[in-house]
Amino acid sequence: MAVDQATPDTHARQLAGLDALELGGGTRGGLAPRIWGRVWPMVLAVGMVVAIWQAVVWAGFWPDYVFAGPAEVVPVLGDRLTSGEYWEAIGVTMRRAVTGFAVSVLVGLVLGALVSRIRVLRAAFGSLITGLQTMPSIAWFPLAILLFGLTESAITFVVILGAAPSIANGLIGGVDYTPPILLRAGHVLGFRRLQLYRHVILPASLPSFLAGLKQGWAFAWRSLMAGELVVIIAHQSSLGERLYYDRELADSAGLLATMIVILVIGIGVDLLFETADNSLRRRWGLQQVRN
Amino acid sequence: MTAPLRERTDSRTQGGKPAVRLDGVSKIYGQGRNGLLALDNVSLSVGQGEFVCMLGASGCGKSTLLSLVAGLDSPTAGRIGTEGRRIAMMFQEPALFPWLTVSANVEMAMRVQGVAKRERRSRAAEFLEIVHLGGFGDKRPHELSGGMRQRVSLARALAQDADVLLMDEPFGALDAMTRDLLHDELERIWRERGLSVLFVTHNVREAVRLGDRVVLLSSRPGRVVEDFPVTLDRPRHTDSAEVAEIAGAITGRLREEVMRHGS
Repeated sequence: MAVDQATPDTHARQLAGLDALELGGGTRGGLAPRIWGRVWPMVLAVGMVVAIWQAVVWAGFWPDYVFAGPAEVVPVLGDRLTSGEYWEAIGVTMRRAVTGFAVSVLVGLVLGALVSRIRVLRAAFGSLITGLQTMPSIAWFPLAILLFGLTESAITFVVILGAAPSIANGLIGGVDYTPPILLRAGHVLGFRRLQLYRHVILPASLPSFLAGLKQGWAFAWRSLMAGELVVIIAHQSSLGERLYYDRELADSAGLLATMIVILVIGIGVDLLFETADNSLRRRWGLQQVRN
Repeated sequence: MTAPLRERTDSRTQGGKPAVRLDGVSKIYGQGRNGLLALDNVSLSVGQGEFVCMLGASGCGKSTLLSLVAGLDSPTAGRIGTEGRRIAMMFQEPALFPWLTVSANVEMAMRVQGVAKRERRSRAAEFLEIVHLGGFGDKRPHELSGGMRQRVSLARALAQDADVLLMDEPFGALDAMTRDLLHDELERIWRERGLSVLFVTHNVREAVRLGDRVVLLSSRPGRVVEDFPVTLDRPRHTDSAEVAEIAGAITGRLREEVMRHGS
């Protein structure tokens, strides 16, 4: 039977040929079209929301001074965004959000790492963490105020209670769903216990951890807004506090303007998480096929 | 090539102490009446520098046996001796870490041994060169084809500097042409590095193509049925008449084994 005897050299070339065939080049589009592709649906969405808002205003269910329309809110928003005082309020809120979230990440990481590694702790605290996650953060405020008084600590306390369980759960979920084949591979490579945890399990749980961070942020932001509405601290203006006084003064346009700011900040931070998530997906090859 | 080859006096000595030795190994999953006997009193040895293929229908406990040798699991009864040899293993899936580049995946094998970072990097490049993937170190696993990933996996196994290579149907998911090429590559690397290989497959021709011996296991429970020596000259070809003839004989024996379960 005539079988061509391949030399080592033709081997390498055949392999290289197969490799080249398998790797059909796919390139990402340019930056400008990519940004435009993201932006126009958002513009469309904002346009639709504004249109519905205006329609409701025109329908006249409420008088103008109770429910202001876009035409009144936009100038108020412009005024506020050009005043230093308002930016100070945004600054205070953001500072609280960032510190609260940072501490939550720390607490969540330690808690998640311990609970995912130590079986007894998991049995003891696993469902408690999930329980905490479902507890409405506003329910914590009476206790927080008793413990810390009307101070920023009370707010931070509730923010952490809101966010840390999600972050811990994200990590625990990631550890639980580490693909067994990667564990086996790590084991065969000689990794054991802590090393296996550090080099295989923790990196493998990154996508789930990132999802936990994202959810944690959402909870932190909600808890913070609730806190700022409830815990009004003198001489320290914040977004929640502005909402409170706008309602007291029946300033509908101002109230809606601040709500828009809160929404935009929330979306902005969410976009950051999405960017991180997308880049992770790209690097791991988890991107969905686009039709 | 300046591949980190290790000195070996005579890698093909079939005598001497075997690299892997199984004595009356049994494995039962579960307890009591519900226990499933996966392996029953299996005795088997892989000589130093020997290429042994293990063949069997599904349910013969081939993968279980490899897991036991790799230390991923422990036998219910019997002894497994590897005399402190380093053992590397390849799976049917490439099992690469998706968060690492190709090079970093290979480097992982040297991490446990405490090789310094710079040396890890340059040695990883050498191992990738061995599997003809020299220029792909900075790629991510998902950017490669299945065959390429499996070669990265082989490079990672080699980087463990192991004496024994366990392979669990490593080419099962590849197309025929890629598989043929990888057979040639594996044979070359096995010879150059004097590895002892225990290769599990359900493809009879593949077993005859590669093995010095083909060990046939029965199914449920797994027992050694027969041990076929393959003395054909190397390099062999999967499509050659000689391989086909031996494969035919082994397939016949395999059929008998399978039919026992039908009645």
